[in-house]
Amino acid sequence: MSRNIQLDPQGKLRHFITVEGLKRQMLVDILDTAASFMTVGAQKTKKVPLLRGKTVANLFFEPSTRTRTTFELAAKRLSADVLNLDIKTSATSKGESLLDMLRNLESMGVDMFVVRHASSGAAHFIAQHVAPNISVINAGDGCHAHPTQAMLDMFTIRQYKGEFAPLTVTIVGDILHSRVARSEIHALTTLGISELRVAGPKTLIPAEVEAMGVHVYEDMDAAIDGADVIIMLRLQRERMKGGFIPGEQEYFDLYGLSEKRLRRAKPEVIVMHPGPINRGVEIASEVADGKHSVILPQVTNGIAVRMAVMSMVLGRPEEVVAGGAS
Amino acid sequence: MRVLIQNGRLIDPANQHDAVCDLYIAEGKIVGLGQAPQGFTPDRVIDASGLIVCPGLIDLQAHLREPGQKHKGTIASETAAAVAGGITTLCCPPDTDPVIDSTAVVELIKLRAEQDGQARVVILGALTKGLGGELISSMAKLKAAGCVGFSNAHQPVGNTVVLRRAMEYAATLDMTVFLHAQDPSLSAGGMVHEGAVSTRLGLAGIPACSETLEVARLLQLIGHTGVRAHFSQLSTAKALQLIGRARYDGLPVSADVAAHQLHLTQVDIAEFNSLCHVRPPLRTERDRDGLIEGVGSGALNAICSDHQPHDRDAKLAPFAETEPGISGLETLLPLALRLRTKRVSLMRIIDSLTREPARILGLEVGHLSLGAPADVCIFDPDRYWRLEEANMRSQGRNTPFLGWEFQGRVVYTLVDGRPVFELSGAA
Repeated sequence: MSRNIQLDPQGKLRHFITVEGLKRQMLVDILDTAASFMTVGAQKTKKVPLLRGKTVANLFFEPSTRTRTTFELAAKRLSADVLNLDIKTSATSKGESLLDMLRNLESMGVDMFVVRHASSGAAHFIAQHVAPNISVINAGDGCHAHPTQAMLDMFTIRQYKGEFAPLTVTIVGDILHSRVARSEIHALTTLGISELRVAGPKTLIPAEVEAMGVHVYEDMDAAIDGADVIIMLRLQRERMKGGFIPGEQEYFDLYGLSEKRLRRAKPEVIVMHPGPINRGVEIASEVADGKHSVILPQVTNGIAVRMAVMSMVLGRPEEVVAGGAS
Repeated sequence: MRVLIQNGRLIDPANQHDAVCDLYIAEGKIVGLGQAPQGFTPDRVIDASGLIVCPGLIDLQAHLREPGQKHKGTIASETAAAVAGGITTLCCPPDTDPVIDSTAVVELIKLRAEQDGQARVVILGALTKGLGGELISSMAKLKAAGCVGFSNAHQPVGNTVVLRRAMEYAATLDMTVFLHAQDPSLSAGGMVHEGAVSTRLGLAGIPACSETLEVARLLQLIGHTGVRAHFSQLSTAKALQLIGRARYDGLPVSADVAAHQLHLTQVDIAEFNSLCHVRPPLRTERDRDGLIEGVGSGALNAICSDHQPHDRDAKLAPFAETEPGISGLETLLPLALRLRTKRVSLMRIIDSLTREPARILGLEVGHLSLGAPADVCIFDPDRYWRLEEANMRSQGRNTPFLGWEFQGRVVYTLVDGRPVFELSGAA
């Protein structure tokens, strides 16, 4: 099996499972294609016919509102037919039933699976086993990857900062359990920023994360000192039960992003968050709603980026640039 | 049946023998070495020119899946795979279904092995009832039924008092306890080594200290209770150091390693290769090199297969949902022989597969002395071959070594003087 399952023999994107292993130009192509789709959402008729006649199945084994909605919107704006399947996984549902389900959907003529699953590697597994004419897009697998979220964050960074090369980016919080952080780390190192930092208590920093090309900070103030971009991660409530941190207040005191703290960053810093945010836990409301926050633009950009990825794996996105919306 | 094995290079670590020597077998026993006993007329002559003749291999851990999981393997299928790999004695851990905590299950396995088994099967009884870690098992009864030792398989005994009592009771009966060292809470939910690979793939990790911590705890209890103990399938170089030090201090401890740990590391998981999902997990290169060194020095007494055959579905799922284990009987000898390239002598390799495991299990096999049971493995040390799914005899084809080229292949296997395996086209 070739190492990069995501690429077809011509080197084009066939699946989108992880940012890891993709060339910088491929990431730039995704961002450029997304930029060309930004106008579609602003038009009266918010549709282009790129995926007309194609069927996209959203397979969500894990609950999600926003990601699924933006994927659905993205597919519909590309004129695809969309099938939403929320699958309640039980502990007993094992590989075969998952494969059986895929086979059934394949027989119904589905062209693309958008998959969210609680197990790391699930999207890989599905991509390895789907029929050759079907594409798989990873909408989040366990703690492994959430590549479209990472790309929409890259899109947002480029939108506000232009160039990646001079940037210092700090990712704060539960890196250990974060698929978003992993995908962002791969994207930022591939796009070649100046300095990438992660910050959090040792309990939430994964082992040997330095090997991914980041600098680890336990001190939040030092971590955001001079940062151009701060990405705050959501702190799941179950981390308290798991004993990773003692409580919300203490966490906010140590790693929460307050207005006072934010002053350590560059004056034109942008603050990002993949959502949904826990106000007062990882981020103060004044910061989340403040002038540095680009949390809502992230959501808007999510649709264009997902359209870009979907059209790149299934359609011919160059047409939209040439022909515009119809 | 009288068998003459001619012109082979006989390597027998128990007798420090390594020379070309004919082997004479009659009525299941070795009756002559070099010289034919008087009036010996063979029914069968095996020409072992260019081949190595050694004691049949003894595998300290092979899950045979019977009773309880016949869809993964049976005593018939797995002992057939064993003899194809030169293995003549298999040690079956107690985590069958039902668990081996009653004499009835022991009798059942013995009966099935007698009826369908191609190799000898020896049995480890459960250390605690149902492997539950709460009540010690009826060890005297299990011993009387034929168990050669006790183990709690992969279920850790978290309660130190229970563990202490179990060790004391086993010591009372002069039995060896077999221990899998994994701290229950540090390893809970984990599936790969905690390090760069678990971080990259977002898979829950099992830190190396999960093993070292448990080894340290167990060593203290072994010292306190005086039980004879064996550490099964170590995965870290540090744990091996701890055991080496304890042995130096006089503790009656031994240890083994699964053959795959000597050749694979966490990196081999690559992109979620579920065939590399094993327990304990594949660790770092440094660990692997330390384990190889341990085999060379004898600090690791034995190499075992840790054979765990699975049905296809068991590995057909996202990594975390797959079942751990490798179908390893048919690669035990080839993987061990690969250590020749890592400065481990052939004598030591064979020692780790014959004399040492026999000694750990307290068995009368594992050597080629006059009068010993004629369990013999004859292999071609030079022959190249490739592991292919179609050629495997185990019901489980779950091995990351498919497609690997090996040097050294079993040509004949004899159990009790009977040829039970012959490589097709061998004669």
